[in-house]
Amino acid sequence: MTVHTPIYLDYSATTPTDPRVAEKMIPFLTEHFGNPASRSHPFGWTAEKAVENAREEVAKLVNADPREIVWTSGATESNNLAIKGAANFYSGKGKHIVTIQTEHKAVLDAVRELERVGFEATYLAPEPNGLVDIEKFRAALRPDTVLASVMLVNNEIGVIQDIETLGNICREQGIIFHVDAAQATGKVHIDLEKLPVDLMSFSAHKTYGPKGIGALYVRRKPRVRLEAQMHGGGHERGLRSGTLATHQIVGMGEAFRIAREEMDLENARVRRLRDRLLTGLQEIDEVYVNGDMKQRVPHNLNISFNFVEGESLIMAVKDIAVSSGSACTSASLEPSYVLRALGRSDELAHSSIRFSIGRFTTEEEVDYTIELMKSKIGKLRELSPLWEMHLEGVDLSKVEWAAH
Amino acid sequence: MQTATYFDHNGTTRLDSRVLERMLPFMTEQSGNATSRHSAGRTARQAIEQAREQVAAAVGAYPSQVVFTGSGTEADNLAIHGIAMANGVEQVLISAIEHPAVSRPAQALQWHGIKTGLIAADANGVIQPAALKAAISGATKPVGLVSVMLANNETGVIQPISELTEIARQHKAWVHTDAVQALGKISVDFAELNVHAMTLSSHKIHGPQGAGALILDKRVDIRPLLYGGGQEKGLRSGSENLAALVGFGMAAELSTSGLATRREHMEKLRASLEQGLAELGATLFGARAGRLPNTSFFAFDGIEGETLVMALDRQGFAVASGSACSSDSTEPSHVLMAMGVNADLARGSVRVSLGYANTMQEVDAFLLTLKGELQRLRKLTAIAV
Repeated sequence: MTVHTPIYLDYSATTPTDPRVAEKMIPFLTEHFGNPASRSHPFGWTAEKAVENAREEVAKLVNADPREIVWTSGATESNNLAIKGAANFYSGKGKHIVTIQTEHKAVLDAVRELERVGFEATYLAPEPNGLVDIEKFRAALRPDTVLASVMLVNNEIGVIQDIETLGNICREQGIIFHVDAAQATGKVHIDLEKLPVDLMSFSAHKTYGPKGIGALYVRRKPRVRLEAQMHGGGHERGLRSGTLATHQIVGMGEAFRIAREEMDLENARVRRLRDRLLTGLQEIDEVYVNGDMKQRVPHNLNISFNFVEGESLIMAVKDIAVSSGSACTSASLEPSYVLRALGRSDELAHSSIRFSIGRFTTEEEVDYTIELMKSKIGKLRELSPLWEMHLEGVDLSKVEWAAH
Repeated sequence: MQTATYFDHNGTTRLDSRVLERMLPFMTEQSGNATSRHSAGRTARQAIEQAREQVAAAVGAYPSQVVFTGSGTEADNLAIHGIAMANGVEQVLISAIEHPAVSRPAQALQWHGIKTGLIAADANGVIQPAALKAAISGATKPVGLVSVMLANNETGVIQPISELTEIARQHKAWVHTDAVQALGKISVDFAELNVHAMTLSSHKIHGPQGAGALILDKRVDIRPLLYGGGQEKGLRSGSENLAALVGFGMAAELSTSGLATRREHMEKLRASLEQGLAELGATLFGARAGRLPNTSFFAFDGIEGETLVMALDRQGFAVASGSACSSDSTEPSHVLMAMGVNADLARGSVRVSLGYANTMQEVDAFLLTLKGELQRLRKLTAIAV
């Protein structure tokens, strides 16, 4: 079997829409085009029924009540609604928020916006393996803390946080607990009947659904209240106004149904491929895996290649589509803030690559990638004076560089 | 039932097959994240920039003035909340006939200590320049933001935006207009309207649901609603809805090509419709004002709007009894209330909004059915009394 390049290994940035999902969406772009808010004719009713079926599918994947699912335009909006909505609603009880330095920008920037309007925030550093220390988390909480936000799965390094323990601590202290699960659906089993989580953000396009659609889980018992961020026709029980994009909602429902039915088999297959990739890449000298390998989703591998320069690395591996940070910040040349929060040096952060494997990745593609990396890293290091010094046994951390 | 005649184009529209064709590749194989720098990401980026050019061209704006959002509602919220909050606005004025996507965020500004006042409509549903002047002089604080829609979703009445803008600008206020219902039905020119911000929506112009835009004069400071990855120059974070934006771009382009022909066609159908409605004794709202070519908003004395709409639906005609967003409530239309229409008559209101694919046969069949249903309902009412 031949390999077609570029090979897509960036499933954490976005996933291709599953053909079964696209097929299900198309009738809702054509004959069933109604506005689900139209109550006076069957065009509207058909759309509304499809929206409610999809809501059930999303709820089922995470064992929630469909009435707890609010549609949004994506995880960014879900995170903004959860964080700003809950913080503002409960601001009478206090104005302190706890989150983690390695959260997605959509969480960090929403918290920063709250800081601008009078809230205080603690950005907790994770341990070097990317996981949150439970005791440090507990210590960061204050009597005036109203909200904590911790992601279930990190987008760059794929580590899985102990949401259950963190949530129980929040619950003991009456703190609203939000979890960004955009990277987790279809990879990690989520049971919101058991998990002490109040708000959870979801995205469709990270789980083989369409872009432009997401959801926020809002717990009913005990009831969590939010201040709406988008006002208008009063859709989604007033929590999020705006005409619902029926075809996208249908797509998200189908994507989450497929995830529920196939995730165990798929994760086993993807994990084998990821481990094959890891074994292959570890034959290269001076490579460092970022993030814990045990508490980690099966499809993610984030590796730093020492003694190669970050940008030339990205240019050299054009045959594979990968990320050198999260897609949302890859337009900038700043080293990944996630890797820096783990204590990685700027050099290692710069020369890191996130490989994320998915539903359509083949063994041949993984093998091609291993060979490509071996050859390209070899060539880049041949050109690198630092690599030469390293081979000569010079400890580069002790070298004093002269200024020019 | 889906073969019914669709007369609810102000609610949503059927996707144009050419738009679907353009979208399909982006729903499947070409579905990169536009922020990624690899080739899949770059293809996505180029497609979005093309859509931005198409939307800009359709409304006489520059591509750099287009901020893509997830819906018209979101663009309205971004404009009202964002402009008021970023510029220290103390007083906002909106027209009394705005869509809730404008009026609700304007009301919500009170939590930030910002006042919102209403600009009155006249009996024809027009916001007259004199009404804006009166509202400005009646306000206790300097007016910082004015929002009046270009065309009303219920009556279809077109507002004198350029004149209103001139007055607002004399008072150093920012001006926003919701042009969601106007695009594709009349020509819309951002530069000519001279507003600072203008809302557009994809699904009202035979594009997909899930995309909208705020056309924004870059000199206006604006505070985002959504924070995160910094897409849309930081004004609207979130991975771009690639397929929907591509579809929106295509729909915007199609909405202006051949507009005159489509407009003429809809006007002809509507003239015939309204002649028939008059013969049946309907009261037509906003009849003496300039209106969109496709909209008729009317009522029959003594006939409940919801009842008539349901009866028409059973006969295969999809019409609305007000805006879709509030069509499950029995409150009389706030637009008609603002026009001083009697509440009982307002409860009888029915909206027919035509599309360019509707035919004269459909209009004739509708009038015939309507006549029969009216006779039946009047008999029932007579018995009840």
